[in-house]
Amino acid sequence: MTADGSLERLKREGRIVVVGASLAGLRAAETMREKGFTGSLTMIGDEPYEPYDRPPLSKQVLLGRAGPEGTALPRRRDIGAEWRLGVPATGLDMAARRVRLGDGNEVEYDRLLIATGVRARPWPQADEAALDGVFVLRTRDDAAALEQKLAAGPRRVLVIGAGFTGSEIASACRERGLPVTVAERGAAPLVGALGGVIGEVAAEMHREHGVDLRTGIMVTGLEGDATGRVRAAHLSDGTTLEADVVVVSLGAMRNTEWLAGSGLGAGPRGIACDAGCRAFDIRGIVTDDIYVAGDVARSPHALFGYQFLSLEHWGNAVAQAETAAHNMLSESTDRRPHLWVPAFWSSQFGVNIKSVGVPSMGTEIMITQGSRGERRFTGVYGYQGRVIGAVTFDQSRWLQFYERLIEETAPFPPPFTTVDRRPEGNRPMPADFPDPSVPTHGPTITLSGYSPADRRMTFTPAHH
Amino acid sequence: MTQDILRQILDYSNRADPYPLYKELRRTPVYHDGSGPFVVSTYYEIQALLHDPRISSDARNLASAADDPLAEPGEEEETVLPPSFLKLDPPEHDRLRRMTNRPFGPPHSPHRVHDMRGDLHDIVKGLIDKIAENGNAERIDLVEEFSYPFPVTVICRLLGVPPEDEARFHVWADTLAASLDPDPDADPKERERRTHDSRMELGMYLSGLIEERRKNPTGDMLSELVTGNSPDGTMTTMEVLSTAALLLIAGHETTVNLITNGMLTLLRHPEVLDRLRSEPELSVNLVEELLRYEPPVQLVPQRSTLADIEVAGVSIPKGASLWLVLAAGNRDPLRFEDPDRFDPDREDIQHLGLGSGIHSCFGAPLARQEAQLALSELARRLENPRLLADPPPYRQNAVLRGPRHLPIAVDGIRP
Ligand SMILES: Cc1cc2nc3c(=O)[nH]c(=O)nc-3n(C[C@H](O)[C@H](O)[C@H](O)COP(=O)(O)OP(=O)(O)OC[C@H]3O[C@@H](n4cnc5c(N)ncnc54)[C@H](O)[C@@H]3O)c2cc1C
Repeated sequence: MTADGSLERLKREGRIVVVGASLAGLRAAETMREKGFTGSLTMIGDEPYEPYDRPPLSKQVLLGRAGPEGTALPRRRDIGAEWRLGVPATGLDMAARRVRLGDGNEVEYDRLLIATGVRARPWPQADEAALDGVFVLRTRDDAAALEQKLAAGPRRVLVIGAGFTGSEIASACRERGLPVTVAERGAAPLVGALGGVIGEVAAEMHREHGVDLRTGIMVTGLEGDATGRVRAAHLSDGTTLEADVVVVSLGAMRNTEWLAGSGLGAGPRGIACDAGCRAFDIRGIVTDDIYVAGDVARSPHALFGYQFLSLEHWGNAVAQAETAAHNMLSESTDRRPHLWVPAFWSSQFGVNIKSVGVPSMGTEIMITQGSRGERRFTGVYGYQGRVIGAVTFDQSRWLQFYERLIEETAPFPPPFTTVDRRPEGNRPMPADFPDPSVPTHGPTITLSGYSPADRRMTFTPAHH
Repeated sequence: MTQDILRQILDYSNRADPYPLYKELRRTPVYHDGSGPFVVSTYYEIQALLHDPRISSDARNLASAADDPLAEPGEEEETVLPPSFLKLDPPEHDRLRRMTNRPFGPPHSPHRVHDMRGDLHDIVKGLIDKIAENGNAERIDLVEEFSYPFPVTVICRLLGVPPEDEARFHVWADTLAASLDPDPDADPKERERRTHDSRMELGMYLSGLIEERRKNPTGDMLSELVTGNSPDGTMTTMEVLSTAALLLIAGHETTVNLITNGMLTLLRHPEVLDRLRSEPELSVNLVEELLRYEPPVQLVPQRSTLADIEVAGVSIPKGASLWLVLAAGNRDPLRFEDPDRFDPDREDIQHLGLGSGIHSCFGAPLARQEAQLALSELARRLENPRLLADPPPYRQNAVLRGPRHLPIAVDGIRP
């Protein structure tokens, strides 16, 4: 307990505001109540729905197996909150400890948690993006509208971008028997997240399932008919492709614009925070009352050279929310760092893909178990002689072991043999990540810190 | 001193309560006396090893099987059949287990186990009715009259053994089970001969059944194993045989002990037995706690190292034999609060009772359902049950540990 009892007071009658009423926001709120917070809790979300789960949106929901309204997140406990749904937060006054809302109201806080996540990167040409039949997939509404279109049996679907979401959408289309073309600027699907060696396996998977996969290609424009419905796409190889549904799947943008001018360290790469989830202000000074969690956060991680990591991972949102909630209600000596080892899963073309660590940091890969040909394998990523990440295709039961290797900064290549080692796994090979200056759909983990090797920045001190 | 602990654990006189010895053993998380196996007894170490791809289940990777104190001549099913997937590594293990799983569980047969619920209920009811008819409330042997016949009947239904052959099947199953349970009084030669004969007869019976199902598939598991065309192809007859034998022996032995240990524990905790009578839904969590507290498989003795590895500061060389003492890990105070307390309301019960990793118990969903049903029905129908011997006589086996008989008396049997 603090000498002056302020923490006890906060727990008893403080005001906590959570902006972003989704996965991270909800889990944080539940954790706060579990920790005995009995004060007032306000949940602000710009979507009209109570917290729901996104992973099923590109899987079961697109297959028509689960209704979009059936994705509500299970509640761990009653949180007794005041919900402000369908209203965005539009501004933050750090000095007065107030959040401004889109409806003109303001909410005061003693502690603020920001969990505004990311949104889908829209198609850059606004008029083309507005065509009927052009979609992104991030929200329940997006999924409902897209599912409806798919159920109507379009003649061809075009997916732009073959990251995890794009690949899952293509997979769902094929499972529904719909003709689908995937256009990817990089050399293969998933290449930004998992590299070219694994991308090649993913490409085979697409093609075997009848996806018309076009790699090394950009969509240069979309074209509508007289009624404003999309009808075709123009590709960088000069061809035109007819499609009546286009899903733009080009990665995500952080929802931080509402914080512009607030003085918080928030920008296009997210909101920087310390390992304890406390947000930095623009001067690089850690705040005491503002915390961040989930997709919108970027925080330094000891295992990865203290570089700032932004993760778009379900499990990270949960773990970070729990840590943030714990720290919000703890003395400084009781605070915990968020040192979650990144872990991600996807399911496409009937294959379960999982990764741990930061594969995209890896320069080499070794197939330690199984075989790429059978599409059941484990790949281990190496960076400067240590294990930095791992991926499994339909072999997730071993993943825990590799996670430990990452935690132990074990040497790469691993010096031992394993069950199910095949000849292809006897030697590491270049992991074949694309040159970062060539944009792809991007990884789901972004290293957004400045590594000491990075000499490109210039320092301009502010003058008073 | 620790050297004695291992011997004591195998010593029959400690069968009824090996837990104090396990506690001693955990003081040396990786115990090795210089020649025998490396014995691992702490939760986190066992859990990690079960997910460690440098650990093999294939006996061919043992540098030497000679110093395995558990090795028994004539015990191996492999003398007749190729090894079942329990004793194989990937990729063969994965292929066989996947093919076996197709007719058994998700994603291809999500309802198989659930759909057996009615059947299971009928079998349980029939067995308890029979006990009631026999009318000797003074002395009921729950093992003979209930926990033994129940799982054999279930496995017969599952595989598709015709009801008229079930009796023969029971006899073979009993003999084979007895072979895992050396009886110091029996003539070993005679026993070995009987075991061998049973194995042969069972094998021949199963091959006959397999042939029949190949011609006239009937939708049971055997039919689907012989006719099933998965992306992995079809099992050979020998593979179906060793798989069926595995399902029979492994599925049977463990469930008998799970149910018997369960009843024994409940009789020692009458307040829980009372609760279960009025709250049958308690059985779900209760069975998980049982799997932690009195696991039917006490230790996994057939693992070996493919490389030199380090566990809890001990270097284990390549080719070494490993024993993973699941029952000791299940009571590791570093993992479980108040581990020696049987607490049916315990929430955090990630036990090792069914193993973990790629070899985690294949029949787990069925075993759970059988035990939940059996225990809640016994609790509901037995009137004032009490133990006639505590501890009851145990079977010889230290690995598959459980009472050989569970004599109880009741005031009556409710309808
Ligand atoms: C289609 C899809 C499939 C996915 N599949 C997987 C998967 O298989 N595995 C995996 O690990 N991860 C997956 N993810 C990622 C996972 O869903 C995210 O990591 C997780 O949702 C992050 O939670 P969050 O609470 O941080 O952010 P979000 O879920 O993005 O929630 C942020 C919320 O804040 C709201 N908001 C934004 N700005 C404001 C504002 N100014 N005022 C009020 N509210 C605001 C947003 O509308 C949103 O509701 C998937 C994501 C998508 C979209």
